[in-house]
Parts: sequence; structure tokens; C-alpha cells
Amino acid sequence: MNVGLTLATTGRVLTQVRHDPRTIGLLILVPSLLLGLMAWIFTDTPVFGVVGPALLALFPFIAMFLVTSITMLRERRSGTLERLMTLPLGRVDLLLGYTLAFGALAIVQALVAVGFAVWVCGLTVAGDAWLLVLVALVDALLGTTLGLMASAFARSEFQVVQFLPALVFPQVLLGGIFVPRDRMPDVLNAISDWLPLSHAIEALQTVSTDATGTGTVLRETVIVAAFAVAAIVLGAVTLRRTTP
Amino acid sequence: MMNSAIEAVDLVVHRGRRDVLRTVSATVPAGSVVGLLGPSGSGKTTLMRAVVGVQRITSGTLTVLGLPAGHPRLRSRIGYVSQTPSVYDDLTIRQNLTYFGRIVGAPAADVDRVLDEVDLREEQRALVRDLSGGQQNRVSLAAALLGSPELLVLDEPTVGLDPVLRRDLWDLFRVLASRGTTLLVSSHVMDEAQRCDRILLLRDGALLADVTPAELLESTGTSDADDAFLALVGSAR
Ligand SMILES: Nc1ncnc2c1ncn2[C@@H]1O[C@H](COP(=O)(O)OP(=O)(O)OP(=O)(O)O)[C@@H](O)[C@H]1O
Ligand SMILES: [Mg+2]
Repeated sequence: MNVGLTLATTGRVLTQVRHDPRTIGLLILVPSLLLGLMAWIFTDTPVFGVVGPALLALFPFIAMFLVTSITMLRERRSGTLERLMTLPLGRVDLLLGYTLAFGALAIVQALVAVGFAVWVCGLTVAGDAWLLVLVALVDALLGTTLGLMASAFARSEFQVVQFLPALVFPQVLLGGIFVPRDRMPDVLNAISDWLPLSHAIEALQTVSTDATGTGTVLRETVIVAAFAVAAIVLGAVTLRRTTP
Repeated sequence: MMNSAIEAVDLVVHRGRRDVLRTVSATVPAGSVVGLLGPSGSGKTTLMRAVVGVQRITSGTLTVLGLPAGHPRLRSRIGYVSQTPSVYDDLTIRQNLTYFGRIVGAPAADVDRVLDEVDLREEQRALVRDLSGGQQNRVSLAAALLGSPELLVLDEPTVGLDPVLRRDLWDLFRVLASRGTTLLVSSHVMDEAQRCDRILLLRDGALLADVTPAELLESTGTSDADDAFLALVGSAR
């Protein structure tokens, strides 16, 4: 691990993103717009109060997953990854560099999305709104690290998109947005315990409904962070310097 | 100072089910310019990838600058230009070089030096995706020159360049070699072979010849490199 090389990579990735306004839009604005749309659809019903926090986990997660995995895939396909593998850059430096870059964007994204949900969409928050920001941030980082890992198993942008139904949608269905997890059949409930998004959604729902739930929120957030770290480690293991 | 920069002994590389390199034994003397020639699909890129440590080797030994190929300490001593330009097309030339320069730990002034060497100083603030193919190739080459590595492995670096630029780059290669850099350069252009100190000729993953340009012409009884290539590749068929 080398901090200088990691930060150089972070700076490089952020410069690339800066040259691409559409990606910035997808990361920063689209999650808020979708939240706004949901709030509008459910005007005059209590539904948004229930699903709003969960959506705060969902949209940033998916946006980060897509952008990160495609950026990393382009690195693979353009030959720059091969060049980097011949240079004195550690594999962990590369992955951490990416994570820090998208983590910085995730901070902006979380602030905008939470601010928008609370002030514009009128999402009620029983607990501390900063906790919402924290959970949304960790959740977006999870999207980033899973995206980095998934890109190792994809050969084209099309295959990256195929991971959405395979990896992401089951987590959405089992995450407790449609049916609270404790009311699911036992088997599904047990499976959902092992899906990181379930924990992110649980944390966000706890912040918004329970002013005394900080302990639960932090525990769930640590679980999400553990998944993110595991994804980086797996990503580093699957990233090989030599190819057959 | 060792006298061979690259030494392959009975090198075998399989890719998938194909034998891409079949017991290749060859040496590249330190401080020389060695041309790697051969028909398309003969294994030139595979051999170069093995030298820079990104190609898994099936058997045999490959020693680079005194260390086994792929050794971590080699990573700051070798510059590699892949066959297709490997730079970020959504960064400017200068941003690309600054990043790669930091990775190899090159002094900051190196960016300007390599920009001059590949004659791209004027365009340095252009995004790589807005450049012509030949310009993109030169950005990729410039990135490999950062930090003045001891060994340069260049996979068809002059493709898509006009004759003037090609001559300038070959002049640059000769200057680098005169300062002690070793260059392994693959090419399809036979007149470039004449400017090498030695020529390695691959066909179907086997080494056909390891000769000087003069010996190549002499042994084939031809007067130009294109004919020599045709004669050698054809006669072994
Ligand atoms: N990723 C791969 N998987 C399996 N086989 C491969 C792969 N890449 C190349 N090959 C095979 O290896 C052989 C040698 O390829 P290589 O790229 O080394 O040739 P080359 O001499 O560089 O050709 P060219 O002059 O066209 O660049 C070819 O027959 C090719 O089919
Ligand atoms: Mg090739």
C-alpha cells in the first residue's frame, strides 16, 4: 500500500469524471429526482414516509454500482489496466484510489439526496438527519466496491448491466421495501439477513422512525461497511497481474 | 553491468489451447535496439507481454534485467507500449503523463521532456479522444518514456505514423540506445528492421532467425528487407 499512489489514482479518476458531465448528473442529481418523483406519486398517502428511507439506500447504490463498474471495465478494455499492472502500482492502491474518488462523489450525493428528501420531499426523520447521510454514504460506497468487484467478471458494458437483475434486484426485492423482512417466509428472511442492502435499508428506516435507535443504526452500518471491505478484498484477489 | 537485458530459454506459452510460443530461446543484448519481426499472429505481442510480466508463462525461463520476468522490482525499470494505445481517452495528454509519471516516480520535469521527444508539446492540453490515431500512439509511447526506464518494450510503436515521424522516432530510439537503454521493438515495416542492431524473426511461435540486418539480407540472397522476410517466412513453410 502506498498513500501517494492511491491519491494519485483518486485524483486521476476524479479528473476523468470531471470531463463527463452526464456521469456527474447520474451520480448527483438522478437519485434526488427519482426520490422526488416517488414522493410526488405517493402524495397524500403515508407510503413515502415508509419507502422513502429505503429508496435513499436504493438509488444511490445502483447509480454508484453502474458508474464504478463501467469506469473500471473501461480501464480493463482500454489496455490502461494492463499498463498499470506493469508499473509499480499495487492492486490495492488502484482499488482504494477508485473507492476514494467515488467516495468523495458519494459524500456530495448523500448530502444532496438526504437534503432533498428532507427539505423538498418532506421526509420525516425521527432520529438525527446526519445519520441518514452517514448510512447513505456507506451504502453508496458499498455500491462502488461491489461495482469494482463485478467489473472483474464482465467483458462488456452489456454484461455489467446484466449484473443488475442478477446481483442487485434480488437485494431490492428481499430488502424489506415491498414487505417488511420480518413478515417474509422464514427462508427468505434468513437469506435477506445475508444481503448487504437489507442492512442499509434497515438502518435508514430505523433513523427515520426511531429517535432512540442510534445503536441499531450504527450496528447495521458497520455490517454494510464490512460487506464493502470484503468486496474490496475480493476485488484485489480477482485482479491479476498476469493473464493466461 | 549485465550483457543481456532479456534472456529466454526454452520459453513456452500456451493461451487457451493454443501453443503460442514454442520453446523460444533468444537473447537481447543490453544497450541495443532489437527488432521483433514476424507475420501477424506469430506471437510477437505474446512474447512482449511475457517480458513485461503480464503474460503467464507455461514453461521455460525468462530473465529480464537479471531478474525473473514479472518480478516486482522490474516494474519501475521497464517501459511498455502495447499494440493499441493504452492511455485514458477522457484525459488530456498532459493529465495522462502527469498521472503515469507519478506512478513510476518520475521527476515532474519528465513530462515536458517526453512531450518534446514525441513532438506533442503543442497539443498537450487536448483530450486524447480528440487526437488522431498516430497522435494517440505517441501519447502511449511518451507515457512509457517517463522515468527513463532501462528497458523499453515497444509493440508496433510507429503504426499509423508518416515517414517523417517514423524517422524521428527511430532517431530517438537510437539516441536512447546510445545512452544505454535497451529497446525491443516489434514492427511490420521492413525498412525499420534495417535500423535495428539485431532482428528476431518469429513464425508460428518459433524463432526462425536471430541475426543482424546485414546477415538477414546475406543469408536470403536478397537486397531489401521485404524480400528477405518473404524468403525466410516462405522457406520455412
Ligand atoms: N487472449 C488470447 N487468448 C487466446 N489466444 C490468443 C489471445 N491473444 C492472442 N492469442 C493467439 O496467440 C497467437 C499470437 O498472438 P500475438 O498477439 O502474440 O501475435 P502477433 O505476432 O503480435 O500478431 P500481430 O502482428 O497481428 O499483432 C495468435 O494466434 C492468437 O490467436
Ligand atoms: Mg501483436
